[in-house]
Amino acid sequence: MSLLGEDIMTEEGEFVINIGPQHPSTHGVLHLKVWLDGEMIKKVQPHLGYIHRSIEKMSESLSYRNFIYATSRMDYLSAHINNQACALCVEKGLQVEVPPRAQIIRILMAELTRLSSHQLWWGCTGLDLGAVTPFFYAFREREAVLAIMEESCGARLTQNYCVPGGVMYDIHPNFQNRVKDVIKQIKSKFQEYDDILSGNVIFEQRTKGVGYLSPEDAVSFGCTGPTARGSGVSCDVRKWFPYDGYEKVQFKEILETGGDCYARYMVRMAEMKQSVYIIEQLIDHIPEGDFQAKTKAVIKLPKGEFYQRVETARGELGVYIVSDGAASPYRIKYRSPNFSNLSALGHMATGSKIGDLVAIMATIDLVIPDVDR
Amino acid sequence: MTNEEIKSAVTALFPTVTFDETGEFLNILIDSKDLRPLIKALRYNNEFDCDFLFCLTCIDWKTHLTMVYHLLSKKHKHAFVVKAKIADINNPEIETVSDIWQTANFHEREVYDLFGVKFLNHPDLRRIMLDEDWEGHPLRKSYVDENMISI
Repeated sequence: MSLLGEDIMTEEGEFVINIGPQHPSTHGVLHLKVWLDGEMIKKVQPHLGYIHRSIEKMSESLSYRNFIYATSRMDYLSAHINNQACALCVEKGLQVEVPPRAQIIRILMAELTRLSSHQLWWGCTGLDLGAVTPFFYAFREREAVLAIMEESCGARLTQNYCVPGGVMYDIHPNFQNRVKDVIKQIKSKFQEYDDILSGNVIFEQRTKGVGYLSPEDAVSFGCTGPTARGSGVSCDVRKWFPYDGYEKVQFKEILETGGDCYARYMVRMAEMKQSVYIIEQLIDHIPEGDFQAKTKAVIKLPKGEFYQRVETARGELGVYIVSDGAASPYRIKYRSPNFSNLSALGHMATGSKIGDLVAIMATIDLVIPDVDR
Repeated sequence: MTNEEIKSAVTALFPTVTFDETGEFLNILIDSKDLRPLIKALRYNNEFDCDFLFCLTCIDWKTHLTMVYHLLSKKHKHAFVVKAKIADINNPEIETVSDIWQTANFHEREVYDLFGVKFLNHPDLRRIMLDEDWEGHPLRKSYVDENMISI
């Protein structure tokens, strides 16, 4: 299909423009075809698949230990949480008990991941809306979090730290002290984040009342994560279907009722504080013991189906494994949060101005490799 | 509702359906031709009220295809699975549910793209991941690609 070769004006007098696939505000290779009446958006059609790597097909020929690594490349900002979902799903099939130490380490790492992901999102949102400074402020703290990741997991982004039965290695001896230092540093910066962006008049005007998503539509489009919670839809998997001991941790599910870009922004800002709160509860109470349960070298899941969902930084990730008893999965489906969230983009953007499209995309927090898989 | 209550309520409306309780969720098994009335009842009847379709996918069993719908009710907090068997593997067809849950629009396009299932009355059935001129449907077990390298 030649998209660029078509007429740029329709018979009704609407302009057709292409945004992407190489556009900085799409945060990756997403191609949007937009129908415009003047500055008003009439229709948005996302074209996906520029980085479709067929991870689901690949996983059908990989072992239950190896397929987990591919998922780090889906939502690369929540790589650890993706790995956790797969490990939990395999554990569900094997009926393995994960040692308490491994559970706590996983939660700590997951919340650090959420923090670093939201920090990157905060910086990029500012960048998209014309404020360059937040990006540097966000990356200052984010680098400190990633350094902790690197020390214990060996990688900054694609951690591959979760394995069926626990985590791959024990945490680094410095882990607790460094986390405490970083948390202290991040906590002191929250006020700065609010001062620099949240209360900014230009920022408020560009986000308040923009990209409205009603609660009914949010559920119907399958939106999850901060995108849905900004519309007041309760959907936090950590509360609804606790995993890895989240039921023992105290935290609040953040809900905003505005449904616009500003509400989604506020949800993520508050979620960062909740992540810090979770880490503070657990960091001094990591139990002693094994960091990995014993599993067989070659894992074979019993015949059947297993579904596991987790809350990534962007919403509900579901891993659906169909096993026929062999050493590799018969079929794997990743229900990725971004794929469903993106499907609501056209609905949210229709009727708003072309400039607001960037604000809407920024507050859905799209990660394209997770859409394309 | 508990699984037993769901079973009796569904059986009262659709006597022909069968159930499978071996997995995590209650599975409601049905033939692809009878999907629409069941899905509509599960979405709009107050006792079920499944407003959240959290996963939609397909499985290729070599002899037939199975469409899998994971449903959740935000109000009643119950979840279960509807499985529709498509017997005709060479020309698979099923009714769309994209008018009931808007998320199904993209998910059905993905299944059409990767499995070749035609969704009747779908508003915009095009390939979503692959190019329009791609031959075959990669997630089918019969799909062969000579360039595929196994490591």
